[in-house]
Amino acid sequence: MNRTVALLTVRTLLGRRRAWLLLALPAVLLLLSVVIRLTVGSDEDVTVGLLGAFALATVVPLLGLIAGTGAIGAEIDDGSIVYLLSKPLSRQTIVTTKLAVAVAVIAGFAAVPVLVAGFVLSGAADRLAVAYALGALIAGVAYCALFLMVAVLTRNAVVIGLLYALVWESLVGSFVPGAQALSIQQWSLSVTRAVVGPAAEGLGVTSAVRPAVAVPLLVLLVVGATLAAGRRLRSLRLTGDE
Amino acid sequence: MSVLRLESVSRWYGNVVAVNDVTMTIGPGITGLLGPNGAGKSTLIHMMGGFLAPSSGSVTLDGERVWHNESIYRQVGLVPEREAMYDVVSGWSFTLANARLHQLPDPEAAARRALEVVEMTDAADRDISTYSKGMKQRVKMASALVHDPSVLLLDEPFNGMDPRQRLHLMELLRSMGEQGRTVLFSSHILEEVEQVAGTIEVMVAGRHAASGDFREIRRLMTERPHLYTVQSSDDRALAALVIADGCASAVELVAADAGVSSAAARPGHATGEGEVGSLRVQATDYGRFAHVLPRLAREGDIRLFQVSPADESLESVFGYLVNR
Repeated sequence: MNRTVALLTVRTLLGRRRAWLLLALPAVLLLLSVVIRLTVGSDEDVTVGLLGAFALATVVPLLGLIAGTGAIGAEIDDGSIVYLLSKPLSRQTIVTTKLAVAVAVIAGFAAVPVLVAGFVLSGAADRLAVAYALGALIAGVAYCALFLMVAVLTRNAVVIGLLYALVWESLVGSFVPGAQALSIQQWSLSVTRAVVGPAAEGLGVTSAVRPAVAVPLLVLLVVGATLAAGRRLRSLRLTGDE
Repeated sequence: MSVLRLESVSRWYGNVVAVNDVTMTIGPGITGLLGPNGAGKSTLIHMMGGFLAPSSGSVTLDGERVWHNESIYRQVGLVPEREAMYDVVSGWSFTLANARLHQLPDPEAAARRALEVVEMTDAADRDISTYSKGMKQRVKMASALVHDPSVLLLDEPFNGMDPRQRLHLMELLRSMGEQGRTVLFSSHILEEVEQVAGTIEVMVAGRHAASGDFREIRRLMTERPHLYTVQSSDDRALAALVIADGCASAVELVAADAGVSSAAARPGHATGEGEVGSLRVQATDYGRFAHVLPRLAREGDIRLFQVSPADESLESVFGYLVNR
């Protein structure tokens, strides 16, 4: 971890207009939950529906995409990454630091809003708020690590990330059940389900994967993607100069 | 005192060879890397700066391999060509961040010193996005100097600078060179390079075309055969005089394609037979031909309408050096 790399990354991530993009989705989530609470009242099925289908399936992947690619992609695109690379710093340190910043951003902009939305929707009932917030955080870490690696590997990281999050996880996953076994969303849902406990089945909190499989896969993904990104960064070619 | 050494370095992208078997040694003082656009200068600088692996050959700094070796950046300062540099911060915080990234014991003092060297202390607190091109270049320079490197690599540092900024940067580079640093900068403009660089390395089409003192390079460039297009009142007679004088190695009479219209446009201009055309002269000595031609014309009572160099493009100048 390097403090200066972290500060520069925070400025890049939260500077300019990106902070507003990051704020928009959680704002919609909170607004929706307040409206639902006021109109429908406390309903656990609605809570599961909103936090599962909107928060975990849309807000978290998109924020993970913005934070993960934004933590390094913009610098690679405009070439300013050269100021980090021309320093006696380990490339792995650069990647790990950037991942930590992206995760902190996800925690603040996704996990905390999910927690608040959960409490607004149905209070402390069945630990739903905590369970979904934890799922959002875990999914956020995995998305950030994955999309950060993709951003180091290719300039089309945002498109690839969108394809993965929207097409693979949502569309293909809903038609081809097998595809759900390879889905960050399903892996993190398994943790949520475990936290909710025996009541999960009745509430419709489901996951295609068991935690015993999901957790090792998540760890493997995060560690593997971070190491791969660090490795790739060592040989990063800065194009667009000639 | 640091020495960068390139040995039989080649770099290719797929089927395209960007740098072809280059061997050079860059020592203390200022070296100019000269060549037309696309000659492989940036590729070469990227390899020297450890941002690109040579496809074959080796790049070393004081005997240590540069590629995949982050420790070289304790000695190397890099001024990239591209503009982007974390626009959201001021010149001061950018320079300070660079000093911190180097993990210097006193980053504030280092940043202040570097900004003083490039004379940017007054504007240091302004946002980088408000800087002019020259100011950005100076802040980039300051960021490369924070750790007092013994090697400084600059990619096209004069690009887009106005004459005053140019002079200032040249002054700065000169003082860097006098301090015994190894300074290398790339440029496609001979005049720029010869004003500052003690040594010039010329790259053309990926090959190392010439190397040495700037006077030597200058002589090679000016003493090459020059091609001129001349139009006069009597091209045929002028051709005879030029050949007789010996200042040209070849003379060619060129007939005009659209005789009527150009004859109408320039009445009185005709060759000996009444055709309209021009004379292509391959001068052996650039300086001498320019002096001799008016005298020859006066002696032969011939009026000169036009004398223009036909192949002064940079590529042809460099091309000559390669084929020499």
